[in-house]
Amino acid sequence: MTKKDIIERAERAKAKKAALGKDIVIDNYVTGKEHDTLHSLDEFPAEYLQDLLDAGIEPTEKDRAGSFLQRDCSVVFSTVKYPGLELMSTTDALKEHNWLKDYLWKAVPVDMDKYTAEVELEQTHGYFIRSEAGKKVTMPVQSCLFITTNKIGQKVHNIIIAEENSELHIITGCSVSHAVNSALHLGVSEFYVKRGAKITFTMIHNWSRGMEVRPRSAVVIEDDGTFISNYILMTPVKSLQMYPTAYCRGRNARATFQTIVYAPGDTKVDLGSRAVLQGEGSKAEIISRAIATDNAEVIARSDVIGEGANAKGHIECRGLMLSDTAEIDSIPELKATRKDLDLSHEAAVGKIAEEGIQYLMARGLSKEEATSVIIRGFLNVDITGLPDALAREMKKMFDMSLEKVM
Amino acid sequence: MLEIKDLTVEVEGKEIINDLTLNIERGEVHVLFGPNGCGKTTLLMTILGLPNYKVRKGSITFKGVDITDLPTNERVKLGMGISFQHPPEIRGVKLGDMVNIAQGRKEGKIDGDVIELAKRLNISVEFLNRDVNRGFSGGEVKRSEILQLLAQSPDFIMFDEPDSGVDIENIELIGGIISELLDRNKMPSKRKKAGLIITHSGFIMRYIKVDRAHVMLGGRIACSGMPDEITRNVMENGFEKCVEICSNVGTV
Repeated sequence: MTKKDIIERAERAKAKKAALGKDIVIDNYVTGKEHDTLHSLDEFPAEYLQDLLDAGIEPTEKDRAGSFLQRDCSVVFSTVKYPGLELMSTTDALKEHNWLKDYLWKAVPVDMDKYTAEVELEQTHGYFIRSEAGKKVTMPVQSCLFITTNKIGQKVHNIIIAEENSELHIITGCSVSHAVNSALHLGVSEFYVKRGAKITFTMIHNWSRGMEVRPRSAVVIEDDGTFISNYILMTPVKSLQMYPTAYCRGRNARATFQTIVYAPGDTKVDLGSRAVLQGEGSKAEIISRAIATDNAEVIARSDVIGEGANAKGHIECRGLMLSDTAEIDSIPELKATRKDLDLSHEAAVGKIAEEGIQYLMARGLSKEEATSVIIRGFLNVDITGLPDALAREMKKMFDMSLEKVM
Repeated sequence: MLEIKDLTVEVEGKEIINDLTLNIERGEVHVLFGPNGCGKTTLLMTILGLPNYKVRKGSITFKGVDITDLPTNERVKLGMGISFQHPPEIRGVKLGDMVNIAQGRKEGKIDGDVIELAKRLNISVEFLNRDVNRGFSGGEVKRSEILQLLAQSPDFIMFDEPDSGVDIENIELIGGIISELLDRNKMPSKRKKAGLIITHSGFIMRYIKVDRAHVMLGGRIACSGMPDEITRNVMENGFEKCVEICSNVGTV
């Protein structure tokens, strides 16, 4: 597809409503707010520091292989400390690497809906992360997409490539300043996990009441490649819909999605994870935990499609209701297209068991403390596949996010 | 330590305990025998103050404080502890977390103290990292409960069937630690803890010396006496016969 073809397809999809989620009027939001670049992350205005921390970003850059920060529509900081790792704005990367254009819109169709079309036509950067063949970057790379201006529309296109037998661990935070009462985030992310490579992608969404969010992500995994996604959302959001899809294309390709959602207030989220098991012996696991309280509406989707010989997929989704005016729709789906598959799902939505509370009270906790221990336990999914230091870091971030809401 | 007076308890509208009176002094351990369904567990849950157990009449005083209407955690703060017979499983809450909580610390890190305590009950670090009671065998449940009590170190401890489902190898271990928890290894004058043990099999009695035994029938204490005598009577003749023998001797 030439650039011209891509633009034509995007133009045609400009009015195409998304299959899921409330329709958003993109024109209500503006692009183009520019900011000066920073020499280091700690130059970032102090008023935003907490929002940055809440999104899992380490301002001192300690124990990070590289850092990337985009404020509204400007890339204000980007640095790499590790050889074999590339990290820069997608716009710059396309200038630097002529071959990169071949990765654009290969995993996510440009004409998927009006949001993907908008990102093509009005793109405002996004990040490009790549690990060279054979390079195992065990220290995490951090990237943050931050919104500080009211009514802004952030439209990013991210490309992440782990070349053959390389390893890449990414912590990415999407955050918004508390001064912003309305904004739009459109994010296209295309991941390419080459033969024998591994990507772990830990994303913390730290949104606020006025945010409309439409990420569009897809992953292509080659032979013996591994992709692990950990997604955490603990803050309110006006409307968020996403359904990232992993294509386990290669032999023994593996994908894991773990989603942790605590939905308070008037939050409306429609979150899914899909794995298409195309390669022989490919495997996927989708785990989700959702808590709905106040008037929140959560749709938790999961879908495994088995196409390759001996493919295996499992879905485990659990919901916890803390309010009579909230709603959780749990929609697990399995599709088998041949006989030698092993696909399964378990789904449950319920309330906090009274016996559990009493048990904890019998060890000295008050009812409120017991409830919060149970909620913490419910959300506490053991994140597998992360290097030790990163796993510890994740636990810390998770505890911090939870502390804020409990 | 614990004074129960004329206690009548209802569970889901049904009277289970009827006019029960029981005193346990500091330094004393009592054992309560009785067939299934006689109200033994109801008595423990009422002492603990679980909400489904409604006190219709009478009072419970613990360390001089009337606790009849206190919530469970307040009673626990006063120094009460329990080993449940069938504790619930809690997803995502590890046994190690429970030990920390029982010790009055935040859940989270499983440190050296916890690991040392666990070792005494042959509990591995791996086991401490399992979700509490999830897929535990009968014996594992008991050891987990007693580990939590070791961490909590209460002044008055109730044991609900600590010997059920425990293999012969572990029953001695459990008996030994229960004895220690209840100051049984100390001289009588030095004993500060008190306890109430429920058992219908009586196996655990081989490993713990107690001061007094009761037989419960139909929601009340039908007879009380010296532990050896009562235990022997119950084991040889059954609960009802034991009560009959007791009443022939006159009130104890």
